Amino acid sequence: MKKANKRVIPGFGLSMGITISILSIVVLIPLASLVVFTTGMDIGEILSTITRSRVLASFEVSFITALIASLINAVMGVVLAWVLVRYDFPCKRLLDGMIELPFALPTAVAGIALTSLTADTGLIGGFFAQFGVKIAYTRVGIIVALVFIGIPFVVRAVQPVLEKLDASYEEAAGVLGASRTRIFWKVIFPEIRPAVFTGFGLAFGRCLGEYGSVVFIAGNQPYETEITPLIIMSELQEYDYASATAIALVMLLVSFLILFLVNLIQIRNAKILKGGN
Amino acid sequence: MHSESKGSKAVKWILIGISFLFVFLMLVLPLITVIAESLQQGFAVYAEAVADEYTVKAVLLTLEATVFAVAINTVFGLFAAWALTKFRFKGKKLLSTLIDLPVTVSPIIAGLIFVLTFGRQSPIYPLLQELDIKIVFAVPGIILATIFVTFPFISRELIPVLEAQGTDEEEAAALMGAKGFTIFRRITFPHIKWAFLYGIVLCAARAMGEFGAVSVLSGHLRGKTNTLPLHVEILFNEFKYVPAFAVSSILVMMAIVILIIRSVVEYIGKREKDNVR
Repeated sequence: MKKANKRVIPGFGLSMGITISILSIVVLIPLASLVVFTTGMDIGEILSTITRSRVLASFEVSFITALIASLINAVMGVVLAWVLVRYDFPCKRLLDGMIELPFALPTAVAGIALTSLTADTGLIGGFFAQFGVKIAYTRVGIIVALVFIGIPFVVRAVQPVLEKLDASYEEAAGVLGASRTRIFWKVIFPEIRPAVFTGFGLAFGRCLGEYGSVVFIAGNQPYETEITPLIIMSELQEYDYASATAIALVMLLVSFLILFLVNLIQIRNAKILKGGN
Repeated sequence: MHSESKGSKAVKWILIGISFLFVFLMLVLPLITVIAESLQQGFAVYAEAVADEYTVKAVLLTLEATVFAVAINTVFGLFAAWALTKFRFKGKKLLSTLIDLPVTVSPIIAGLIFVLTFGRQSPIYPLLQELDIKIVFAVPGIILATIFVTFPFISRELIPVLEAQGTDEEEAAALMGAKGFTIFRRITFPHIKWAFLYGIVLCAARAMGEFGAVSVLSGHLRGKTNTLPLHVEILFNEFKYVPAFAVSSILVMMAIVILIIRSVVEYIGKREKDNVR
């Protein structure tokens, strides 16, 4: 069967050839040069670079802000997906379309717009400044930018699963007298949990690497609001490729780990999607 | 029972209210800010900023990079989707993971790997210099980085559609003697055209807005290697807020156009699917 399949439809050699060639030029060779460059580096040198206190502080800033932003996105993403799937209301299509905005709007534009909104002179920043709360140029500002960047990931992960969910279980639970809160946590949430984790993971991964929107709003104070991608950027501007590569390796390792976990969850998720109606 | 339905109605409108408030504050308000700030000093100042020589050059470079990225990724997307869905072979999972890799890598790291491949410390740098080819801090680098960050955007839209369609129709056509391109044009393409168009739109959106990776490779030469998002950054950092927002408004309008195209494509695609059924 396998071999017959190959022979019947034409174009295997051609399409594989073109796929592999473009993949090599655009992705594989550049990635290989990172590996080649790393093998020329001293392991002690790598370790001393990534344990510099300023670099460690940037790991903390990046990790904590990405984590908080993704948690906010997980909650708001479920609420938005729920509202879009379960309810009918005016302007629903508009709301649905707006969710995609962070994918379409350049991150630099989002960055300067959010900065001017949340600075002390801005509309939102001015309001909070009355209570002595600063948003722009603090970690809160970074979180705001990352919430903007990450929101579509959770909504778009949860939406299809909610759509496929069979309502008869909920109805059965309702008939049996379960409260709505209980139905949500006992019947609905277990079904959408893998999708929520997938969306959370994708948003978290994206937030860790995000640069464009954050550099404007962060203020970039060393030890306080300096994210890891910015440190890599400044090493590159000083032509210190060895340090930049060492720090990039840590980031790559973390993002591959996240990708691996997301893939594991997605395999389970696919089973649920297929198992639906 | 009556109070229950009253309660559920309250929950419904509270959740809808939260959703609208969130989307308004996080997504709509930044858009309004860009437009409002750019027109702050009247239309004449706005028009001057948009018609500025460097802005026009940045628009042209951005379009150039976008056209290249869409063209290469279209060729790649079509062949890769064909290879991955019409044939069985070993290493398929690995291949599709490698194709998705670029979107999981931080844009800064994407820039870094191209600097390592073509920059001063690269083993091929002497050769490039002999041939007088400039890639890093020049237009080819910007184009390469743009292709990299948008790499899987088209193939990722095509693969699920082709997978759902299966291979029976193509096999039948091939057995009746149809040539590869005829099979693709007459049988495969009608199935994927909306997904294909949507992939192009997504790819173009991301290509126009890419900031981090392009920032690493650009060298920020005004009028030469400055794309629109980079031009926004320079203006903003020079405290030229009105011009920065005026240039941003071009990108905002592009983003809105993309969102509209997306909704139309999705709508037509869905209607056609329903008609087939």
